[in-house]
Amino acid sequence: MGDLLIDVAREAFTPTTAAFALAAVGLNFHFGLTGLLNMGQAGFMLLGMYGYAITVREGGPIWLAIIVALVVAMVFGVILGWPTLKLRGDYLAIVTIAAAEMVRYLGRSQNFNSLTGASTGIRGNEFKGSFEALSPFPDRMVDVGPFALHGTRSTSWWLVVVGWALVAIFTLIFWRLSKSPWGRVLKGIREDEDAVRSLGKNVYSYKMQALVIGGAVGAVSGVIWALGASVQPDSMGRPTTFWVWTLLLLGGAATIFGPVLGSILFWCSLVLIKGLAAMWIPDTVLSQQQLQPFSLLLVGVTLMLLVIFRPQGVLGDKRELAFND
Amino acid sequence: MTDIDPFANVPHEPGAPKKDPIVIADHVQRRFGGLTAVDVDHFEVQRHAITALIGPNGAGKSTFFNLLTGFDKPQKGEWQFNGNSMKGVSPAKVARAGKVRTFQLTKALNRMTVIENMRLGAADQRGENIFAAFIPTLWRQREIDITERAHGLLHRFQLFEKKDDFAGSLSGGQRKLLEMARALMSEPEMVMLDEPMAGVNPALTESLLEHIVKLKNEGVSVLFVEHDMHMVRRISDWVVVMAEGRIIAEGPPDSVMLNPQVQEAYLGVHHDTDLSEESSS
Repeated sequence: MGDLLIDVAREAFTPTTAAFALAAVGLNFHFGLTGLLNMGQAGFMLLGMYGYAITVREGGPIWLAIIVALVVAMVFGVILGWPTLKLRGDYLAIVTIAAAEMVRYLGRSQNFNSLTGASTGIRGNEFKGSFEALSPFPDRMVDVGPFALHGTRSTSWWLVVVGWALVAIFTLIFWRLSKSPWGRVLKGIREDEDAVRSLGKNVYSYKMQALVIGGAVGAVSGVIWALGASVQPDSMGRPTTFWVWTLLLLGGAATIFGPVLGSILFWCSLVLIKGLAAMWIPDTVLSQQQLQPFSLLLVGVTLMLLVIFRPQGVLGDKRELAFND
Repeated sequence: MTDIDPFANVPHEPGAPKKDPIVIADHVQRRFGGLTAVDVDHFEVQRHAITALIGPNGAGKSTFFNLLTGFDKPQKGEWQFNGNSMKGVSPAKVARAGKVRTFQLTKALNRMTVIENMRLGAADQRGENIFAAFIPTLWRQREIDITERAHGLLHRFQLFEKKDDFAGSLSGGQRKLLEMARALMSEPEMVMLDEPMAGVNPALTESLLEHIVKLKNEGVSVLFVEHDMHMVRRISDWVVVMAEGRIIAEGPPDSVMLNPQVQEAYLGVHHDTDLSEESSS
């Protein structure tokens, strides 16, 4: 039991949790502020991964790799938004989910094997070196309290620090922008585009800005994810997008800390449920391999209950943003 | 009416030229498939006056409204505002040019507070630029000015006590008031009200009428679409009647309803209702 609690607590700060929090901050620009139904956040993340990993692998410095990751995702946002942002919201949902799948399929296609490594992806040791070389932590396992992580490599204290620093920076940016007149225009668009148009604002341009910024934050999240694992196109499929949605709604869309809280709650409860199920449910009923899908199933049920009974999420103000309104 | 009636020598006929027109439209045609919704040969709106656009259901009033404000595009035609062509100009640019509209189905931004609704209506807020948004010193002073103006308007429209409530919690009539007040935030030269009385309870009607007359006295030109004939008679200086997409009559409110063509247009649709009881539904 004690080990399980430590595992749960560790999950609260792992780089994966930070990466999902970042992806949800991006989605919060789309959905929370502007009401854009982006169902392809994983596509932005995957492009960020490829942009970073390929640039570094080809010998580029880290700063260039980050710029490439951002630019690729932003260009993707413009291409997606250009034809669809003039249409009603649902169309964007359809286009984004399809476009994200296209990115994944192109990434895993044999034609681009030399660039993306096809379905195998890009192995961590091809692009993580330069980032890990910057680590101020020792190149061995480091214990902090009850938590043991490597100092430098992959899921390391170094990546934890960088990941959460980025979460803090982008949360701050979200806070600054959402409380500005710019954010007010976006909220107006979320409520009624035509009303905002009639007040003299260029709605199309604002929606494009929101889509591009949120996508760029998604790309950064992809980079953090890749540095903790590897670039694997199939890990950025539809489920990833849906998890990002789940945890954003769980924490509370349109709130400042909703994405962070949502990500922590989501991943910790997943580990907790898995751990408890392993403890209480005998092997003959559910085998080890069935535990993961079982706990995800419970998460799905939780999301349904959430949308029914607390549509505004944990932090949300029901009057301001309810999912089913 | 002002000391010199701007409509003194204006002929009572469709497409009559005005002394000082703020809006001019020529040969505007909008077709939906085989249906011609709007087919207006010539149309002018007098500056600093209240002009009513009336007509039976399906006459094309709202479509014409949408065309003039950029929310819909006609197959052909030319129209201008203040001497500048507005053909193909986006709704946002039409609004920035000084012509702001409201909607038949009120578009209060429900999950924003009343005061935020008002602030959104203001023009020239640099903080609405994404880069400037990061630096509050660039826009804080403007925000204070905007808020001051918003408070003034909210007092005038009796919404001040509601300023921190969500717009969605207001009554239908209050939302109409809010929408009108919000349209005034940018100090427009002209406001276009699409059925300002629809769904407003009689108690509020009176104050809405007063607000519209006050607008005129402040030098704002008003064009409104309305079904309620009482309101049209009471506040409009000039009435334009549409039926089946065309302008069929123009004139002062008292005489235009006596025009046989107008009566035919109305009676053809509701032959057993009293025109003065015409309701918006």
